[in-house]
Amino acid sequence: MPVWIQLLFLACAVCFILALKGLSGPKTARTGNLVGAVAAVVACAVPFFWSDLNLQHVPLILAATAVGTIGGVYGARTVQMTQMPQMVALFNGVGGGAAALVALLELDERLGTDVDWFTLAATAFTIVVGAVSFAGSIITFAKLQELMTSRPVVFPGLPVVFGGAFVGAVGLSVVEVSDPTMWAGIVLGLLGLVVGVLLVLPVGGADVPIVISLLNAFTGLTVAAGGYVLDNTVLLVAGTLVGASGTFLTLLMAKAMGRSVVNILFGALKGGSTLGAGVASDRPVRSAGPEDVAILLGYADRVIVVPGYGLAVAQAQHTLRELVDVLGERGTNVDYAIHPVAGRMPGHMNVLLAEAQVPYEQLIEMDDINGDFKNTDVVLVVGANDVVNPAAKTTPGAPIYGMPILNADEAKQVVFMKRSMRPGFAGIENELLFDPKTTLLFGDAKDSLGKLLAAVKSL
Amino acid sequence: MNDAVVWLTIFVLSVFVGIEVISKVSSTLHTPLMSGANAIHGIILLGAIIVTGQTDSTVALIVGLVAIVLAAVNMVGGFVVTDRMLQMFTRKKPTKKEASA
Repeated sequence: MPVWIQLLFLACAVCFILALKGLSGPKTARTGNLVGAVAAVVACAVPFFWSDLNLQHVPLILAATAVGTIGGVYGARTVQMTQMPQMVALFNGVGGGAAALVALLELDERLGTDVDWFTLAATAFTIVVGAVSFAGSIITFAKLQELMTSRPVVFPGLPVVFGGAFVGAVGLSVVEVSDPTMWAGIVLGLLGLVVGVLLVLPVGGADVPIVISLLNAFTGLTVAAGGYVLDNTVLLVAGTLVGASGTFLTLLMAKAMGRSVVNILFGALKGGSTLGAGVASDRPVRSAGPEDVAILLGYADRVIVVPGYGLAVAQAQHTLRELVDVLGERGTNVDYAIHPVAGRMPGHMNVLLAEAQVPYEQLIEMDDINGDFKNTDVVLVVGANDVVNPAAKTTPGAPIYGMPILNADEAKQVVFMKRSMRPGFAGIENELLFDPKTTLLFGDAKDSLGKLLAAVKSL
Repeated sequence: MNDAVVWLTIFVLSVFVGIEVISKVSSTLHTPLMSGANAIHGIILLGAIIVTGQTDSTVALIVGLVAIVLAAVNMVGGFVVTDRMLQMFTRKKPTKKEASA
């Protein structure tokens, strides 16, 4: 490899570090992302100017790149913000699949030549983990897109099949290292697909997004191993960065949910399902009309809004912002309390509210606002449920027990805007709904908020 | 120094850098960060191009082209969607587009 290319790759690797660094702060995030994008494009252009490489099939390669680019841009431009988690899962999956295919091709290229065992081991790793990431991400996508049930899927013998496929993949990798053949490589890929599917099937409900993050880290490590196989430093560094930061991020998120990653992945297998009954209760609740709620809100000094995924599904963010603006003009102090896992993915709610042009300063993170609830007149819960469910604090054995929650139960009044009495994503009943200080406003969130807005305006 | 050890050194140092650079990220940005990191591993496109450009068999060429399409979706789609999200976080400025952006 010519020195100028090595130096260029070094520069690209540095750019990826700066990109990640930038992405972790709100002011620098967009620039960071652009730096990463430029570095990626520059790195991918190198093979076309690398004379020793003697690149063939250039027109076909360019055509394939164009097809992928068009597909990627189309998906990225048209996806709704509510569907972001499944989009990330899909992009991640295809990346993992690409890495596995690259490793298979490299294996094909190197068969018959003298290859050291470590390179073969890295090749086997890339094939298996890339396939796991691909299949796992596709299942994750299907679950979030509701192409299949989002509940945990467990069948008798699943642990055995999973264990068998896993052990088989490890065993075959050893065989592959000692006696490399193309067939073993292909079977490795197929075993990886089986492991990926079975890894994600038993994960249900609110835990699916954690899996996206984990599979993202997997793909990162796959790309890193691919970098070693291809003798390419920029792949190694970029993949490792993503693998390490992705793993770290996964642990952070699991912590925010009060769960361990092992519990999230294998909890359903142990019988302690992550989902409750998922049925609506017929216990009595106090419901009210928009006018009553408007009076509650209109004469409150301090209101905290707890937005949830239901808000985004109803596309009611804009109406909610209008309501908060009107309340603000009336002199009410209103903030949004953002649970770390509000929405379907950590940080998802911030994206959804940013889309509705809610000022960044009004979005308060859980730890910073939890002390305020006891001095709050009204908490308005819109399309959220699990993140204010006191069962997380009071009921050991509840699927969400141990998850830090927003202390909405400490406020003087709580208003839930709900479509029905159906439980939240975690499928368990919320005692707060039956609390004497709680009022329910039934209906589609957008519709109800519109009526509420009109009622507050006419106060 | 053994070649594999050099690679191992790069790997280990990258692990630490990867953890270090995101250790102070606020949960506000978890979604864009995940999406941006996701785009970065789309760099496998580089590997896919190199491998495909050196193959002679038709089957391998087809597999390589598939890999290129998938990797390009990952890389380009990832960066574009991340930018779309981040754009919303910074839209609060009076002028729509700034020369420095």
